[in-house]
Amino acid sequence: MKGFRLIHSVALIAGLLFLYVPIGILILYSFNASRLVTVWGGFSTQWYASLLSNQALKDAALLSLGVAMASATIATVLGTLAALALERARPGRAKLLFGGLIAAPMVMPEVITGLSLLLLFVALNVERGAITVTLAHATLTLCFVTMIVQARLATLDRSLEEAAQDLGASPWRVTLTITLPLALPGIIAGWLLAFTLSLDDLVIASFATGPGATTLPMRIYSAVRLGVSPEINAISTLLIAGVAALVVTASLILKREKLIA
Amino acid sequence: MSTQRAAGPVRSSFAPWLDPGAKPLVSFRNVRKAFGAVEAVAGVNLDLYPREFFALLGPSGCGKTTLMRMLAGFEEPTSGDILLDGKSVLGVPAHQRPTNLMFQSYALFPHMNVAENIAYGLKQEGLPKAEISARVEEVLNLVRLQDFGKRRPDQLSGGQRQRVALARAIAKRPRILLLDEPLGALDRKLREETQYELVALQEKLGLAFLMVTHDQDEAMTMAHRIGVMQKARLAQVGTPAEIYEAPETRAVAEFVGDITIFEAIVTKVEGEVVTLLHPTIGTIELDDEGDKPAPGTRVDVGLRPEKITLGFTPPHETVNRVEGIVWDIGYLGDMTMVQVKLADGTIVRVGITNRTRRSERPIGWDDRVWLSWDIEAPILLDGAS
Repeated sequence: MKGFRLIHSVALIAGLLFLYVPIGILILYSFNASRLVTVWGGFSTQWYASLLSNQALKDAALLSLGVAMASATIATVLGTLAALALERARPGRAKLLFGGLIAAPMVMPEVITGLSLLLLFVALNVERGAITVTLAHATLTLCFVTMIVQARLATLDRSLEEAAQDLGASPWRVTLTITLPLALPGIIAGWLLAFTLSLDDLVIASFATGPGATTLPMRIYSAVRLGVSPEINAISTLLIAGVAALVVTASLILKREKLIA
Repeated sequence: MSTQRAAGPVRSSFAPWLDPGAKPLVSFRNVRKAFGAVEAVAGVNLDLYPREFFALLGPSGCGKTTLMRMLAGFEEPTSGDILLDGKSVLGVPAHQRPTNLMFQSYALFPHMNVAENIAYGLKQEGLPKAEISARVEEVLNLVRLQDFGKRRPDQLSGGQRQRVALARAIAKRPRILLLDEPLGALDRKLREETQYELVALQEKLGLAFLMVTHDQDEAMTMAHRIGVMQKARLAQVGTPAEIYEAPETRAVAEFVGDITIFEAIVTKVEGEVVTLLHPTIGTIELDDEGDKPAPGTRVDVGLRPEKITLGFTPPHETVNRVEGIVWDIGYLGDMTMVQVKLADGTIVRVGITNRTRRSERPIGWDDRVWLSWDIEAPILLDGAS
C-alpha cells in the first residue's frame, strides 16, 4: 500500500511538472531584465511597460478581444437554440443526425475547418477580415455551447415547463420565463468557453482572416518566427492569466450548479 | 328511490351523480389514448360534477395519470371527446384550459420565491399588480403560509412545498383542480393531517377536485366518489362505501381492501337470498340486491376480514361457517389480523378488533377455530367465468 502511494505521488508530481514547467518558465522569463530570452538578467517589469507602447500588439489584442466577444455571443445564441431544439426533439434518427452534425466541428481537424471556410469565403467572394474570423470562430465554438447548455437542460425537471404551461403561459413565455433562466448557468459557462476558444485560436483565424486583421495569436506566432522577444513572454503571461481567470470562472459556475463533478 | 339498503355506514347528502337533471362539469366520452401500440386509456366514460371530489384509484401504469393529463391538455386523446361545461376542449392547448394541475413533484420554480411562484399564473392573465398581490396573500393565508412569501422553494419543508404547489394551483381559480398523487411525497403522519386539510379546503372553495392516487386509504378518506382504474379501463365508479362493500368484479374487490375469495356453485335463488355450495365450507347463504345468477352457475364470493367472527366453539347455525386452524397472527395494535387455514388449504384472513386490553382466551398458533359470518357479509362477484 505504502509503495503504491509513493508511486501515485511521484506520477502526480511528474505529470504536473510536465504540464506546467514550460508555462512557469514562460511566466518567469516575462519578468527577465535581460534582452536575451534564455539568459536570466534579474527581475524587471520593463517588457510589460514596453507592451503598452507596441501599437501592433495592442491592436491585435483589441481585435482578438472583439472577435472573441462577438463570436462567443453569436455561438451562444445559436448554440442555445440548437440545444433547446435537440433537448425537445423526440428521440430518434433525426435527433441523432442533428446532434452529430452539431458536434462534428469538435472532432474535425482545425486545418480542415479552416480550409473549408477559406474556400467558402473565396467562393462567395466575401472580403476576408475581422468579420470572417468572427463567423469562423462562431462556427467552431457553437458545438461547445450546445453541448454545455444541453447538459444543463437535461437535468431540468420537465414538469416545471408543464407547470408553467398549465398556469397559462404560452410555449414562448415558458421558454423565456422558465427554461432560459434555469439554463442560464449553462449558457454563461458556454459563452465563457466559446470566448476562450476564440481568443487562443490560431489555425482557423489564419485561414479566415485577410490583410489588416491580425489576431493576437497570429501576431505572437509571426513575432516568434522572427525571434522570441521578452515582450512575447509578457503578452503570453497576460493571455494565460486572462484565460485562466475565465476558465476558473466557468468551472466554478458549472460546479456550483452541479453540472460537472 | 327503492328500499335498497345503502352500502356502508356513511350517509352523504351530496350525490349529484344520482340526479338525472344535474349537469356534469367534465365529461369523458369514450376517451381512448394509445402510445404507439400500447393502449394507456381504453374507452373511458365518466362524468364529474361541480363541487365533487373524485379520485381515480389504480395501480401504477393503469392509465389514471394519462386520463388526467388529457383533461389538463398535456395529451390529446387518440379518439373520443372531453367536454368541460358542455364544450369540447379537444385542440385547446394546455395554457388556455381552465384547469390547473398540482404536480406530483410539485414543480415549484426554483428561481422564484413562494410569492412569485403563486403570482406566476396570475401574471399570465395580465391581472393588475394590486390584484395579483391581494390574490397571492389570500391563497397564502388559505394554506397557512402567510409569512413564507419571500422564501425560496429550497428553503421549505416537504409539507410546506406541497402547500405552495396547492396555493399556486388554486390561485388561478380553475374550474377543476387536478391533483397528481398530491400526498405521495409526504410522510405518513403529515399525509393524514393533509388529507383532512385538503377536504376542508375543497369544501370551503366549492371547487371540483380530480385526484389521481394509488393509495386506497387516501381515495377512501377524501373522495366523494372513486373510479377504480385497471388495465386502462374504468373498472368501477362509486362512493368509497360502494367500492368497498359492493365491488362489482373480483379485480376491484382484490385491489381495494383485504378480501378472501371462494369459488362456489349457485344452488338456489329465493327472493334476495342466494344459496351457494362450496366444497369445504358447505352451504353459503348471502343476501344480494343485484342481478341473481342462475342456479348451477359458478360464482366468486368474497369475504372481508372484519365481517368474519372467530370463535372456539361451533356456531349454532349450520350455514355460513367453517372450521380451520390458525396459521398466522399479525398483531397491529388496534386490530389483530388472523390467517386461518381451511381443510382445503385456503387461507382466510380474519380481522379482530382489539376492544379490550386483556383477553380471556388469547388466540394462539395452531388453535382450532370456527369462522362464521352474517348473511349480509359475503359479496357476490362477477368474473367467475
